[in-house]
Amino acid sequence: MINSRFFNRSELLGFLALAVLLLVILPLSLDIFRLNLVAKYLTYAFVGIGLVLCWGYGGILSLGQGVFFGLGGYCMAMYLKLEASSVANTKIQSTPGIPDFMDWNQLTSLPFFWKPFHSFPITLLAILLVPAFFALIIGAAMFKRRVGGVYFAIITQAIAAILTILIVGQQGYTGGINGITDLRTLHGWDIRTDHAKFILYFVEVVLLFGCIVAAQFIRLTKLGRILVAMREQEDRVRFSGYSVANFKIFAFCAAAVFAAIGGAMFTLEVGFMSPSFVGIVPSIEMVIYTAVGGRMSIFGAVWGALLVNFAKTSLSESFPQLWLFGLGALFIAVVLAFPNGLSGIWADHVQPRIDRLLASRKSKSAAGMIADGAPAE
Amino acid sequence: MLVGHQPKDFLLAVSGLTVSFDGFKAVNDLSFYVEENEIRVIIGPNGAGKTTVLDLICGKTRATSGSIQFRGQELTKLRENEIVQAGVGRKFQTPSVFEDLTVFENLEISFPRGRTVFGSLTFQRDDTVKQRVEEVAEMIFLKDRLNTYADQLSHGQKQWLEIGMLLIQDPDLLMLDEPVAGMSVSERAKTAELLNRIIKDRSVLVIEHDMKFVEDIAHKVTVLHQGQILSEGTMEHVKNDPKVIEVYLGH
Repeated sequence: MINSRFFNRSELLGFLALAVLLLVILPLSLDIFRLNLVAKYLTYAFVGIGLVLCWGYGGILSLGQGVFFGLGGYCMAMYLKLEASSVANTKIQSTPGIPDFMDWNQLTSLPFFWKPFHSFPITLLAILLVPAFFALIIGAAMFKRRVGGVYFAIITQAIAAILTILIVGQQGYTGGINGITDLRTLHGWDIRTDHAKFILYFVEVVLLFGCIVAAQFIRLTKLGRILVAMREQEDRVRFSGYSVANFKIFAFCAAAVFAAIGGAMFTLEVGFMSPSFVGIVPSIEMVIYTAVGGRMSIFGAVWGALLVNFAKTSLSESFPQLWLFGLGALFIAVVLAFPNGLSGIWADHVQPRIDRLLASRKSKSAAGMIADGAPAE
Repeated sequence: MLVGHQPKDFLLAVSGLTVSFDGFKAVNDLSFYVEENEIRVIIGPNGAGKTTVLDLICGKTRATSGSIQFRGQELTKLRENEIVQAGVGRKFQTPSVFEDLTVFENLEISFPRGRTVFGSLTFQRDDTVKQRVEEVAEMIFLKDRLNTYADQLSHGQKQWLEIGMLLIQDPDLLMLDEPVAGMSVSERAKTAELLNRIIKDRSVLVIEHDMKFVEDIAHKVTVLHQGQILSEGTMEHVKNDPKVIEVYLGH
């Protein structure tokens, strides 16, 4: 039900501008290598949308979204890896039919938790449900005990570190520090060709718009307003008859699912998954993208992911040492000067100017018509 | 059918209530009873444990021992939101409203429907909700401010909004912590008028320092001192109690 009330005028313009940019301008103007980079940037936009709901609206800062991004990505990678490890492809191994890294680590049969990933539908379900379940457990353990704020952020950070160590340490089951590499086909369709990358880009953009609409839907329900209320006056929400913990768990799970979709798309776009996208640093970077874009704006999160990653690629190509300092400085500057990020700057400074310009042109043209009887344009 | 003497049913029965913070007993073996449709005012010097008593009833603070029975239900075992759903509403001392939401949205959140996660996802702003919100907004003098963000309201208006948020819950027991504190004279008069209107058909437990205000509304007064009851009865009785005059009213 998309009508003028679902998106207000400026949100509708934002939606259209993004659609034109992502579906028309970028595919027409960029070569497939650059378009694939944009696709990679956009996978972080999914995480950003989740963070807008969870952090911007609900006030729950998670510094561990890489965990859910990684879980989604690994679920997808396990399916692709199993498909790439058919008996025919792996006949030189001592145990044919299992992923190569398992063979290198002297495993002789497929671990039980890998087995469901032979099935594509189960994989798709797992991409959504595994991170949601994991978030549910973390959320229930934390929020029911009223752990919040900085403590919650630190714990999510610790979980990101723990998961990274676990993945790196259990090399035979997870592919270790290298991650799961050499992925070839999705349900028999080769994902390494330029054509496949082109198609995958559009699939991702469509999914992204799906997630934007879903997040907007949540934001506009009473639940969205309760999230805002909770951020401000947790006790008042509690004493209005709501279980605050359940609402926080919901927001955290929703953010986890969005991040997982991004992670699964990342695996498809980039062709591998490794622990370097799970840990503390990527998790914090994801928060920075959202902060720069504007943590109160769903579209801002998408722009933030695009622009910061674009800057990251171009700057780290020219000044590899300086980039991390630049990112840190950017975060500090945004937090201190523009707490609502780019979308806040847009709403406070650009939008009013455009409105004024439009209004003055309208009145000028009206005046012109009266003065010399001809339209001003 | 029983004829003759029936045991009196209290709405709220607090008995032997004690809470200690690191050994300090803020409320010490406190017992009192509130009847249906009674307006009870709790007074007492600073640190007497007045706010703590409200905190204990609404579940914000957990009792060390003792019991709080509300309509036969033991409140000390329930969570805050369950206590609200049982019919106890609480207004805090400082106005706590949602400043980033409009007056309408503030009242709507307090409307007792769709209080679960999925209930709130499917909640519809239908005519019943709109009517009730407008009705309450009129009562709390904010009918023409429905679309104003709550951070634009004056201190007094925020207090009224919070009272309105309680009204829309339609609680059987309304607990107000210093409802007229920090209000201007005219706001105070309006609040007294508002309270006199809303206390019909429900019991109210009020903490207040303004003795004129207490005299106006109280059916019964409980005087707390050091976590214990110093005196209890009508305003007339309490005012003439030498113990009360010594520790509280005398100054």
